[in-house]
Amino acid sequence: MHVSLALLLTAGVLIACGVYLFLERTLTRIVLGFVMLGNGVNLLFIIAAGPLGTPPFEGSDDPDSMTDPLPFAMVLTAIVISLGVTALVTALAYRAWQLFGHDEVPDDVEDRRVLRRSRRRTEDSEQLPWSQALTEEIRRGALMHSQGFTPAEEDDELGSDLSSAEDVPPDHTEADEGEPGPERRRRRPRTAPGRGERDSHAADAPGAGPATEIDQEHAEGEEET
Amino acid sequence: MELLLALPVLLPLGGAGITLLMRHYARIQLWMAILTLVAIFTVALILGYHVTQEGVLVLQIGNWTPQLGIVLVADRLTALMLVVSNFVTLSVLIYSSAQTVSENSARTPVAIYHPTYLGLVAGVSMAFLAGDLFNLYVGFELLLAASYVLLTLGGSASRIRAATTYVIVSLLSSVVFLAGVAAVYAATGTVNLAELAVRLDGLDSGTRMVLELVLLVAFAIKAAIFPLSAWLPDSYPTAPAPVTAVFAGLLTKVGIYAILRLETLLFPASQISNLLLAAAALSLIIGILGAVAQVDLKRVLSFTLVSHMGYMLFGIGMSSQLGMAATIFYVAHHITVQSTLFLAAGLIEHRGGTTNLIRLGGLAKLAPLIAILFFVPAMNLAGIPPFSGFIGKVGLIEAGVEYSTTAGWILIGASVVTSLLTLYAIAKIWNRAFWQEPGQEMFDNERPTPKVMSGATAAMIAFSLVLTVAAGPIMTYADEAAQSVLERTPYVGAVLDDEAAGDLVYRIDEEGQKVEER
Repeated sequence: MHVSLALLLTAGVLIACGVYLFLERTLTRIVLGFVMLGNGVNLLFIIAAGPLGTPPFEGSDDPDSMTDPLPFAMVLTAIVISLGVTALVTALAYRAWQLFGHDEVPDDVEDRRVLRRSRRRTEDSEQLPWSQALTEEIRRGALMHSQGFTPAEEDDELGSDLSSAEDVPPDHTEADEGEPGPERRRRRPRTAPGRGERDSHAADAPGAGPATEIDQEHAEGEEET
Repeated sequence: MELLLALPVLLPLGGAGITLLMRHYARIQLWMAILTLVAIFTVALILGYHVTQEGVLVLQIGNWTPQLGIVLVADRLTALMLVVSNFVTLSVLIYSSAQTVSENSARTPVAIYHPTYLGLVAGVSMAFLAGDLFNLYVGFELLLAASYVLLTLGGSASRIRAATTYVIVSLLSSVVFLAGVAAVYAATGTVNLAELAVRLDGLDSGTRMVLELVLLVAFAIKAAIFPLSAWLPDSYPTAPAPVTAVFAGLLTKVGIYAILRLETLLFPASQISNLLLAAAALSLIIGILGAVAQVDLKRVLSFTLVSHMGYMLFGIGMSSQLGMAATIFYVAHHITVQSTLFLAAGLIEHRGGTTNLIRLGGLAKLAPLIAILFFVPAMNLAGIPPFSGFIGKVGLIEAGVEYSTTAGWILIGASVVTSLLTLYAIAKIWNRAFWQEPGQEMFDNERPTPKVMSGATAAMIAFSLVLTVAAGPIMTYADEAAQSVLERTPYVGAVLDDEAAGDLVYRIDEEGQKVEER
């Protein structure tokens, strides 16, 4: 089959850049990566259509010299779909920014729990040098502070949604759960059991202007400092 | 008659439009959605009857030739999937109607719930009916787009967090799938499944394997097969109970259905069957170990879901007729039982205010109805006789014994161990949530369970009991479905013509071996 090298290279570069951006941790970059990746894959369809020919109108030319129209129909569909999905992911990124002040893709809850558990075990035995002691959260907190946001409360905001074993008195049948340290008692008081707490952020409608709950929290925080 | 094939896709799409227009009238919306789903369920039953009488049904939309236009195809497998999936979506919708009423959550934007839900149903039906690869892609996208919205309903912090991972992983799988479609088109010049079956037989084995692997990766992400399953337990548990129930029951099974078609119609008994078996074994073991380690009810159930996908992949990997029949039966069983369990988890959450197993307790005495509604599907999932889970597992193990290779025996061992560990995980839930000494919180949270919710759950249990009682006829049906899927000629012959079906090079015989016919 006759293949255009320029198209192939463009597709390759787009896909490579797309994959690179896709591996980033902020949602906005991932959206850009998805757009590039999608465009690269769409070019693959155009390559699959074969060499260019005359426009495929019935009766206008010899069918053998026409371009294959089918891949273009598919590309159009794919473009429309990726448009819709891009809009949705952008909205998701905006909502994440509203809620958390950043649009970083969070760690898996399970990973975080395992990490915390292993940290608790090691923290008594050895003191880390200060350069390693700076965790990602602390650095991000400093960044947010410098940009006018007060740092988030020490509670793991993102992890609090999944009720883990840690917000209840330790159960002695769970041998793996050690004694909870004093700092982990600092849970917010439960307003209502279950869903009430979990959805406390849903009260502010998307894009509801300046008086969202988050902003109020920030305002209160600034007064305290 | 063939026009009926379009209804499972058209009705929910139309219903979605109407419910969106009726967004200010919650009651009309609800009844509209229920009526639509009842209509689709009826259509699915009629289709099921006709495929047993006439074989494969084909609808060529706009009378284009099958190679160019959109083709909808229903064989026995499709019809069974449609019946089961529509029953589940109908029950879950009825269940969810009571939940929104009972929680009186004015915050939740219920106006978009019903249209999106119907969009999801349309996507699922389209994926089952699709007769070409690109249409399958569109079906997938439709159901995924709907699932993104359903997962982020309300836009709360936890749901945004969970949905971020889910959306990114799904986007990646869609892009891989799309690249696979492009590669298939470049290699064969068609995306019609029947035409592909003929043309792919003629390609050399290296190209075939590349195409197969690309598509397999895309489908395996959707089906949450082990190395590609990490997204599922993290994203499902935060959604509302009915949404999780539909996702758990249907979305992964659409992936399994696509893998089944891929491994039989397009790439019959290919050289990667050992890879499939290895992935199946790892899914089984690692998934269930994850379930055992959890302390949250919904997370335990999500991990068992990952684990039990391995059973279905086991049957597909063997690709013998018995294995395939058992897989088809198991898919029907698993859609029902996994959704039922998530609905029961919703009931427990409603009553106990949490799904944390440490905080729950005493439900066996406080809410005996919920205890029964949880116990039956739980035993069914663990494969305790005489329920349908036991029958499906026996079928798979029997097929594994007949397969009689080292891989087959390892898989049998993994299946049995997984079944036992599932029982352990279920027993742990039971001990904690139902027998543990209840805390004060459990008494404070005293409130009646809405009758509609327990009724819908009971209807699902009744359906799974029908699968158990009527296991004989259903197994025969699944066996015929498996036979037609493995022979490949009925499908290709119906979509194209018998001459094209004669061009097929390979066929799978009863032992799951690839047979060259020409």
